[in-house]
Amino acid sequence: MTNPTLVKLPNGLTIHLKEIHTAPIISHWAWYRVGSRDEQPGLTGISHWVEHMLFKGSLNFPAGMLDKSISREGGFWNAYTHLDWTTFFETLPAGKIDLGLRLEADRMVNSLFKEEEVESERTVILSEREGSENEPLFRLGESVQKAAFDQHPYRNEIIGSVEDLRAIQRDDLYHHYQAHYHPANALIAVAGDFDTASLLKRLEELYGGIPAGPAVIHPAQAEPPFQTERRVEVRGPGKTTFIQIAYRSPAAGSADFFAFTVLDSLLTGPTSLNMFGGGGTSNKTSRLYRALVEKELAIGVGGGTQATIDPFLYEITITVRTGQSVDAILKTVDAEIGQLQQARVHPDEIARAIKQARAIFAYGSENITNQAFWLGYAEMFSSYQWFTEYMLRLEAVTPAELQRIAALYLLPERRVVGVYIPTGEENLVG
Amino acid sequence: MRRLPDVSWKTLPGSQDITRSVLPNGIILLTRSNFNSPSVVINGYLPSGSIFDPREKLGLAYFTSVALMRGTQYRNFQQIYDRLESAGASLGFGASVHNTSFGGRALVEDLPLLLGTLSEALQAPSFPPEQIERLRAQLLTGIAMRDQDTSDRASIRFDELLFPNHPYGLPEDGFTETVQAIQREDILAHHQRVFGPRNMVLVVVGAVSASQVYDFASQALGNWQNPSQPAMPALPPVTPLNGPVREHITLPGKSQTDLVMGGFGPKRSSPDYLAASLGNNILGQFGMMGRIGDVVREQAGLAYYASTSLNAWINTGSWEVSAGVNPANLQRAIDLILAEIRRFITEPVSLEELQDSQANYIGRLPLSMESNNGVAAALLNIERFQLGLDYYQQFPAMVSAITPEAVLLAAQRYLFPDRMLAISAGPDLME
Repeated sequence: MTNPTLVKLPNGLTIHLKEIHTAPIISHWAWYRVGSRDEQPGLTGISHWVEHMLFKGSLNFPAGMLDKSISREGGFWNAYTHLDWTTFFETLPAGKIDLGLRLEADRMVNSLFKEEEVESERTVILSEREGSENEPLFRLGESVQKAAFDQHPYRNEIIGSVEDLRAIQRDDLYHHYQAHYHPANALIAVAGDFDTASLLKRLEELYGGIPAGPAVIHPAQAEPPFQTERRVEVRGPGKTTFIQIAYRSPAAGSADFFAFTVLDSLLTGPTSLNMFGGGGTSNKTSRLYRALVEKELAIGVGGGTQATIDPFLYEITITVRTGQSVDAILKTVDAEIGQLQQARVHPDEIARAIKQARAIFAYGSENITNQAFWLGYAEMFSSYQWFTEYMLRLEAVTPAELQRIAALYLLPERRVVGVYIPTGEENLVG
Repeated sequence: MRRLPDVSWKTLPGSQDITRSVLPNGIILLTRSNFNSPSVVINGYLPSGSIFDPREKLGLAYFTSVALMRGTQYRNFQQIYDRLESAGASLGFGASVHNTSFGGRALVEDLPLLLGTLSEALQAPSFPPEQIERLRAQLLTGIAMRDQDTSDRASIRFDELLFPNHPYGLPEDGFTETVQAIQREDILAHHQRVFGPRNMVLVVVGAVSASQVYDFASQALGNWQNPSQPAMPALPPVTPLNGPVREHITLPGKSQTDLVMGGFGPKRSSPDYLAASLGNNILGQFGMMGRIGDVVREQAGLAYYASTSLNAWINTGSWEVSAGVNPANLQRAIDLILAEIRRFITEPVSLEELQDSQANYIGRLPLSMESNNGVAAALLNIERFQLGLDYYQQFPAMVSAITPEAVLLAAQRYLFPDRMLAISAGPDLME
């Protein structure tokens, strides 16, 4: 295994390459700095929709041919749209990777956005959203997220609102595509069984001739935390009550992020940032599991934050045990957080969180697709260095810093408390 | 014929690098080393699934499986999880009709901890009463959530209608009233009688040698005995469907309707399994969910997902189509799916389509086995269905030998559009 090669082409395209010769596989990722953070009111969901349209045909890869070409070679591929970024990847047998390289280079600038494909995809995305709406936790999460920001686009669900999904037109999509999909706003990450010099030459051939494109504007500005607790209620079918508590978390680029990661591990168990193959450990010894589930107030608890450009949310989700009150649960959460604010934790607890993080990284490194993911991911909200220094930064966290972070971020007045109240409607069989 | 993908054989598990051994007490051990990452995965099963559940206590095997780690004779719940979670390790149990299954992972230095925890949970669980009650509340909440899940509701009803009076037709996690009826004594008795080493399978994949695994496993599980361990009960025969069934389950307040359609499929050891499997790939998986995905999602834009699955078990199987659609589009989606199935059983697939799917099956092998988890799942498959250690080495030749005629025959043997179940769950059809 070698150190990664990091290159920038004259047109602004960043390329990260890492040779791994453990299996005859290559994973190729195209990352774009565009996500729901870049969306204006009335156009929510447009980044995700553009991502869908990149599967609907480009100049040299007509619709329907793309997925067949990849599947025929035994590859797998997918794409994801997130708050700050959109990414597309193909993992293929090493000898077939050129297909993925040609495909991504073509659809970076040559996607067609045919009118009839836009209309067909509108109903597909509305259907995707309706599937999510069937889930109580999606509906609760959407309301909590909206309440957690006044202006920042992080308040919107990535899939977009139903009204916007009905209103967005082909030209809106194409404009969004043209504004964000070009080399200077992109990063190509490739990991696997290749020779760096030859692959770099091929990438230069394919991507080097694409014009740099206009400078991309990212208008979103970090929003200061609010000063009074906000509460939202969502009512819907079912018999189970859920609580979601959302605190403003530090941006990934902030020095506080690493102590916050340890705090998350202590409170609700470690969060895995791996996209593939890196599921972590359970959270049954975390402080909130012991206080809520072991004390029979709740059925389950989970929590986590995400690495983002602007401060986003640390969300704790609780499944309420039948007969228990929301207030009793909130009091218990406050008492547990109060302990972290009032007393320093033992260094062993930090050491434990670090070992958990080390294990999660080891699990993620089994898999070449996940290694390629890490080559690009951290650049979308910080830098590649963020990833390489991650463990060192965690190891530097002190008990005093944890206490400071808990006191700064986990304040009741800076949170949203959302409750899903089941209406208990009976099921009917027809 | 189009050239099939070149697969690098040396990376696929086979008799050259899988070690299979049997401990004196009957535990079957499969190991494959991978020193590329400092981690290790275990998985496996014991023949103690819901097939042993009394109908009025359905969910007993599942309840028992998730209670195994709630306390042992040596450690309480928090101590068990403190050791695992402090190491960043995980271990969990579940149950299916035939088996109690388990899976876990750890850094390789913690493999003895993982196997030691497995051993304690299997041999010396204490089922503390307060933990059983806590767990019961969790299971009942899980069932309440399942009852509100459109996809789960459609699937459960589908299984119930396909396999009446048969363990395959019942959910392993039980129903509210059956979980309420389970006593701690039932769990103790089920564990004592049914759990044992005979025919247990343990797979270990990761940065460890086969001889080390044998030593660790012998130490952890080698002394386990259960003379009363029963033989697997015989399954009742399945009865063919004799007409179409269309049912809708109304779940008020939902936005999307989930649909499950289909009927029986081949058992895993059936000679036409592979032809049916390739056919299934063409019908509802290849590319963007095959022919059905193409018609329902790509062309008509009716659904976010519309795909097929072939589920082959020891004695029988099912062949299913699943889709998530807007309620207004439900009947159109059903009609399109039926039309595709009719075409599929009437005319052979094209040579091009078959070659695409054959290439996909062969080409994806190395990818599916790039992680320890993927290899462990493959090894478990080999043992469970007695495929032979060289199955994955022979797989490309077996796949290449399938013809369009074989796919058509398999389709005609199992797919009957005029005698198909079609179960949907979602908002009221009149809304």
